[in-house]
Amino acid sequence: MTKVKSALVISGLDRKASGVGLEVGQPLANARAMLPEVKAMAANESGDHALLNRIADWSERFTPFVALDPPRALLLDVSGCTHLFGGERKLLDRILAALRKQDFAVRGALAATAMCARACSRYRDGLVVPQGEEDKAIAKLPIDALYLDAVTTHAFRRAGLKTIGQVADRGRAELTARFGAAMVFTLEHALGKAERPITPRAPLPDYSAERNFAEPVATEAVIHDTLISLAQTLCEALENRSEGARRLEAAFFRADGAVNRIAIETGSPTRDARIVGRLFREKLDALADPLDPGFGFDLIRLAASHTQRCEAQAADFSADLNEEREIRFLVDRLAARFGPHRILAFHANDTHIPEAAGLALPAQEMRGEKTTWHKIRQPHRAPRRPLRMFAKPEPASYLKEVSHPSSLRLRWRQTTQPVIHMEGPERIAMEWWRHVAPEPTRDYFRVETRDGRRFWSYCNGVFDRDLKLVQLPHWLIHGTFA
Amino acid sequence: MSGGSEKIAALRATLAQAGLESLVANPHIPLGFAPADTELKGGLQRGTLHEIFAASGHEASATGFAAGLAWRVAGKKKILWIRQDYSALEFGELSATGFLELGLDPSRILLLCTARADDAIKGASDALTCAALGAVVIEIPGAPKILDLVTSRRLTLACSQSNVPAFLLRFGAKPEASTAETRWVIRARASPINEEEDWGQPVFETELVRNRHGRTGQWVMEWDCETGFFGEPHRGKPAHRLAVVSAAGDRQAAAALEQSRFI
Repeated sequence: MTKVKSALVISGLDRKASGVGLEVGQPLANARAMLPEVKAMAANESGDHALLNRIADWSERFTPFVALDPPRALLLDVSGCTHLFGGERKLLDRILAALRKQDFAVRGALAATAMCARACSRYRDGLVVPQGEEDKAIAKLPIDALYLDAVTTHAFRRAGLKTIGQVADRGRAELTARFGAAMVFTLEHALGKAERPITPRAPLPDYSAERNFAEPVATEAVIHDTLISLAQTLCEALENRSEGARRLEAAFFRADGAVNRIAIETGSPTRDARIVGRLFREKLDALADPLDPGFGFDLIRLAASHTQRCEAQAADFSADLNEEREIRFLVDRLAARFGPHRILAFHANDTHIPEAAGLALPAQEMRGEKTTWHKIRQPHRAPRRPLRMFAKPEPASYLKEVSHPSSLRLRWRQTTQPVIHMEGPERIAMEWWRHVAPEPTRDYFRVETRDGRRFWSYCNGVFDRDLKLVQLPHWLIHGTFA
Repeated sequence: MSGGSEKIAALRATLAQAGLESLVANPHIPLGFAPADTELKGGLQRGTLHEIFAASGHEASATGFAAGLAWRVAGKKKILWIRQDYSALEFGELSATGFLELGLDPSRILLLCTARADDAIKGASDALTCAALGAVVIEIPGAPKILDLVTSRRLTLACSQSNVPAFLLRFGAKPEASTAETRWVIRARASPINEEEDWGQPVFETELVRNRHGRTGQWVMEWDCETGFFGEPHRGKPAHRLAVVSAAGDRQAAAALEQSRFI
């Protein structure tokens, strides 16, 4: 039961309850009046949805084209798949039998259009509608089978139109005027006279290859070999179309219904089965919770979900290009193992804000991008930017002894060191043209302590642009020089 | 050492400057600082493992020295720098502009960030199979268990197979038994007090505490940001009292003394 407008309403029934005349949509109080001993429990909508999704995952072994039809239906587009399972009849029986074996109460039908199949599944379970006989198959079904909204269904009933056949006999213009074009389209769809593709859950991959196993497989070696041979099939298809894969997804269908998906990404279009196999091995090795084969996998599918144009390359013996390729492969391998955000390359950023001047971005994204760097240092002079920079500048303080006003000491991280050099300031104003309330101006000093350590330290904004005192000055260490 | 090897080192330096290093099969690549090059029989070889220890508090300096060595031996190739997250938090993140100011092109660095030391070693072992890399720098704070003699041997083997040099940059750790070709202990050299000028290019107090090709020693070297070579410090020469190699006779004792002082 669910709550609809503060009334408890029945949202689902078991077989026994529907046998005694209870209905979905009936208020619970009503049902209790008919049958005082009725057992009611709160509906778990999110749980139902998750279960439906898992069944959808499972059914992807029959076709990649699976759509959800909430709350409790799945639409499978099996065009072109049926011959793999011995025809339409056998496929439908197999799906229904497999689901019943898992203790689901299931009804199903197969037809040329999704609406027709949906209508038949409710009232004519297990029916395979022959091509072109859709209207005949559903003519006798009650109007409910179209799953129109309650108002429309009720209106048809009141008009005395009880079956789909009766509605279908009415003029289309008449129906459109009364119920709108959408309803007419649904009707035409159910009659097999209009076509609309279903919307799959995930975008369909551009290329995919799969292998079914008569006996579920569980050993790592077999899984790996399968991936390589699937990759070979896929790479041949990619090569024929002059494309390369940027993202590949392997789906492991476990015998008990669970589906594991593992994806790898490459920095440049790839169609080398050896490389794909290696990347998957890196990824599988590095998984936090390893791929659990359970009772084994009975289907493994490899799909290229993102592809790019990639011209065939003539064998190249130039050392530079080969080196570049090897580095790209290394980056892909490290990204597969540690994650793409873990392998970075520096990118120049046109700003004078010190921490933003050099960005470390994922190296896979940055193929062949050239950036120009501008140094600040004068020839043969000291570096002006520290080699190591703290992501969050650390507070420090400078102490002066009363007896020796010239001696300055730096206190940072619980230690105090005499300062022997202090150069500056280098004033860096924040970007007031980008932010409404920019950070205060920073005055940077290069500071050396007696033990030779060199710090980049700044005094955070004393004055704002109108030379008003904003806050008391405080000192921070931003980095350390080599 | 005789003057002959010094001469060879100087000749190699000339070759290197002319970009003709590759003419010599697995050559010793000179650092540019003649006394050190003499002891190293001409410099560092590719395909070997080197260790650089930072004296406590001098991590940035050791980073600079490691970058210098890696750039010397990498030629024109890319450098993979592996660093742990902890290292970035504690000692600061590597900064692109910092490399640039040292005269090193940041575009040539690939940065691999790992959470743990064993990930860093795994990543390094994988990277060392890629002969297209110029050098691999592995930055490890502390003394993780994985970094034992076996790992060190494995890295050395990987280096020699692909002919890629590796540099283990160690922070807050004591030198232990390893198969490294050379081992350095680095601290920053305090600048001479001179009010008019800035402190100039980075100057390192280096101690070579292990050297498989010759004697150990300690030198003060300056990194030349323009040419990309190490060399004699330019400024305040009289102040550098360590700029002489220790005499051959008391080398063992001196090395032991240095090591104990560092610890």
